[in-house]
Amino acid sequence: MFRLTAIAALAALFPVLAGASDEVVTTFTLDNGMDVVVVEDHRAPVVQHMLWYRAGSADEPIGSSGVAHFLEHLLFKATDTMAEGELSSTVARNGGRDNAFTSYDYTAYFQRVAADRLGLMMKMEADRMKNIRLTENNILTERDVIIEERNQRTENNPGSLFGEQMNAAQYLNHRYGVPIIGWMHEMETLDMEDALGFYDIYYSPNNAILVVSGDVTPEEVRALAEEHYGKIPANPELPVRVRTQEPPQTAERRLVYRDARVAQPYVRRTYLAPERDSGAQEQAAALVFLSEILGGGTTSFLTEELQFDQQVALFTGSFYRPVSLDDTTFNIIVAPRPDVTLQEAEDAMDAALAKFLETGVDAEQLERIKFQIRADQIYARDDVDRIANRYGQALTSGLTVEDVQAWPDILQAVTEEDIMAAARDVFDKRASVTGWLMREEVTQ
Amino acid sequence: MKRVLISIFAVLLYVLPVSASVDIKEVKTEGGLTAWLVKDQSIPFMALEIRFRGGASLDAPGKRGAINLMTALLKEGAADMDSREYTRAVEGLAASISMGVDDDALSLSARFLTENRDEAVALLKAAIQEPRFDDDAIERVRAQVLSGIESDAKKPDELASRAMDRIAFGNHPYATSLSGTLESVAALTKEDLIQAHSSVLARDRIYIGAVGDITEEELSVLLDDLLGDLPATGAPMPPAAEVDFAGGVTVVPFETPQSVTRFAQRGIAQDHPDYFTAIVLNHVLGGGSSESRLMDEVRAKRGLTYGVYSYLANKDLGDIYVGAVSSANDRIAEAIEVIRAEWEKAASEGVTTEEVENAKTYLTGAYPLRFDGNGRIANIMVGMQLIDLPIDYIATRNDRVDAVTVEGVKRVAGELLDPDGLHFVVVGQPVGLETTPAN
Repeated sequence: MFRLTAIAALAALFPVLAGASDEVVTTFTLDNGMDVVVVEDHRAPVVQHMLWYRAGSADEPIGSSGVAHFLEHLLFKATDTMAEGELSSTVARNGGRDNAFTSYDYTAYFQRVAADRLGLMMKMEADRMKNIRLTENNILTERDVIIEERNQRTENNPGSLFGEQMNAAQYLNHRYGVPIIGWMHEMETLDMEDALGFYDIYYSPNNAILVVSGDVTPEEVRALAEEHYGKIPANPELPVRVRTQEPPQTAERRLVYRDARVAQPYVRRTYLAPERDSGAQEQAAALVFLSEILGGGTTSFLTEELQFDQQVALFTGSFYRPVSLDDTTFNIIVAPRPDVTLQEAEDAMDAALAKFLETGVDAEQLERIKFQIRADQIYARDDVDRIANRYGQALTSGLTVEDVQAWPDILQAVTEEDIMAAARDVFDKRASVTGWLMREEVTQ
Repeated sequence: MKRVLISIFAVLLYVLPVSASVDIKEVKTEGGLTAWLVKDQSIPFMALEIRFRGGASLDAPGKRGAINLMTALLKEGAADMDSREYTRAVEGLAASISMGVDDDALSLSARFLTENRDEAVALLKAAIQEPRFDDDAIERVRAQVLSGIESDAKKPDELASRAMDRIAFGNHPYATSLSGTLESVAALTKEDLIQAHSSVLARDRIYIGAVGDITEEELSVLLDDLLGDLPATGAPMPPAAEVDFAGGVTVVPFETPQSVTRFAQRGIAQDHPDYFTAIVLNHVLGGGSSESRLMDEVRAKRGLTYGVYSYLANKDLGDIYVGAVSSANDRIAEAIEVIRAEWEKAASEGVTTEEVENAKTYLTGAYPLRFDGNGRIANIMVGMQLIDLPIDYIATRNDRVDAVTVEGVKRVAGELLDPDGLHFVVVGQPVGLETTPAN
């Protein structure tokens, strides 16, 4: 309905189960180092053009939290040859839509438009990779916009505020502990220098991935990409992407967040967890199954234990985000029934996890999940933009095309033993945070 | 279970199929059902969308929330399967079956692999025709619904929507939450749920869209098997809503940093001859994209909000013209002032030729881009039928947009836009705003 420059990762906590449908995917690299992925679907005359940068909030300098997302907003302002807002209005006049989103590990820009307008999209996207021209007024008004965005997404939402505190407690030394949109007090100080400093370092073809999906051929995409992006030189100064890493986590953390706006209290537990690493995705694959088995819906273990058998919980869930450049988290949530305390809910959750470690995986459930994953490769072909997204996320998070294409087979090869080994490994309380989201205490 | 945003029909109007190669076939079954089908055998699955008109507005007096709870229970045990057995069976086929209900329709959305379609259809049939409403399932899901009602009472967005619905729709079912109240839901019995089922799930109110790997003959047999045994008639439809409310401001005090606002005035019916002119007008004023006047004035120029938009909200039984904006408590008054000024300016001066042409180019160009996916096309088709559009509408829709003129937009702006009738509901602690006295 209107342009929402979104914060992607928070909404994408659920695991992407499926692998790619390899037969529709082609990849190559331009001479200047820009990677290109093409996903074909010729059923409708539509194309989605996406440009992903390997630069997200976790790449920001200390003290400028939110600058990656702020810059994303500013890329809709003027360039040397386009007026402010001209890119979006040109897309709209061509019947298309455009948007952008920022996460911990990437920033991405996209347009959905008729297939014959692809060259025009590339021309404009290539232009703003190098040529934005900002005014002080742009900085001031757009900073107000991102502050209102934080108000809307976070300040008005106790669950989001709680999540920020959980993350900050989980990461002792890594930037994943800082919110993508930024801490309010730092957002308020973001300026031109912060924005352009980030832009100059990270926005170049050798730090970008072009992902085009829809009614196009790889040959067409290659010719247009060479014409528009190929002429931009690589940035030889692009820094190696090294971040401060987590030390061994040796102390369990607990926190309580109270807010008068909370209606349904809940317990949330996060554990530091390994992500998919290039060439070594097996443990992450096992954790994908663990998450599905424990909290993936009506037939999951926690639902069975806590909602059906013991009837202490109204809702249970688990989620795990396997695509991440650095260490990720494994999450469990239990929302108790009205007559059950958070302590009782937490105890029941821990008892259920202990029981799971004793009883192990239900082989039939594992087979059902594997069949659903295979079926999703059929369903995924109905939505090639989803396949395109999967490549963009993976390639900005340290994975290769080969890793993406190997993933479905790695998932199918996971055994009950792999899942139990991964569970024993990840459920280490010393690397965990347990949080209670509560109502304000009633004062007499 | 979730209330679908009332924008759904406005969105559908933008979306309705056009020049893309969408070849819709009308399928009439032996049992007397009508469905629209698009065959696409390139991927071995099908998407099926079914609507039962009436939805949650058919709740019996004093039983608010019964249809919502009934809908949430359809998958919680059916035929000889309890809740978990049912879900395991669906998962074992890698099918997807979901139910939802809004003010105007109960929705069934399903996705089946070709290789096990018959078994999946049998599971869907069990949910539709033989839901068990087991006591333990009722209590479990009732507790979830009650938790949702309590949560809604502390969400600024929900509070704003509820308050606006009360103002706009008075005594009509649209005025209250389809989830019901803590009291009404607590009092619902198994008999109420059975009654709710028979009110909505009947053959005289079914609309069907199917897309994918299935032939006309196969679909015809499938539908008669799936729906043929339902009762012929359900509950009578409610009367039309009397949409009649005054302009002004209603403040709903709520301790939160950002004020969440809905604004609305009377709307325009979808079968009104000026409807497409109104669509173009709204696109320029507050619809569609970052290009609108409201986005430009409130967000881009002043940084007062992250998003502001408006749309023509067309329900089966009442039409309003609605918008939304959120700003920090000390800035919302200015945002509202700017919106009012834009409303007045458009009402008195209309819009420019360039704006109208840009809107038309967007609306006609975006149209064919919507038909990329079996599920999306099935959704669009069932939406078309619900608002009684002809099967060949797709071919004429862009002509209707192209026929809109700048003079027409100016006239309709003067007739439709009602700055004095615009009502703002503000949830938060707005600085410098108070509830205006009722007149």
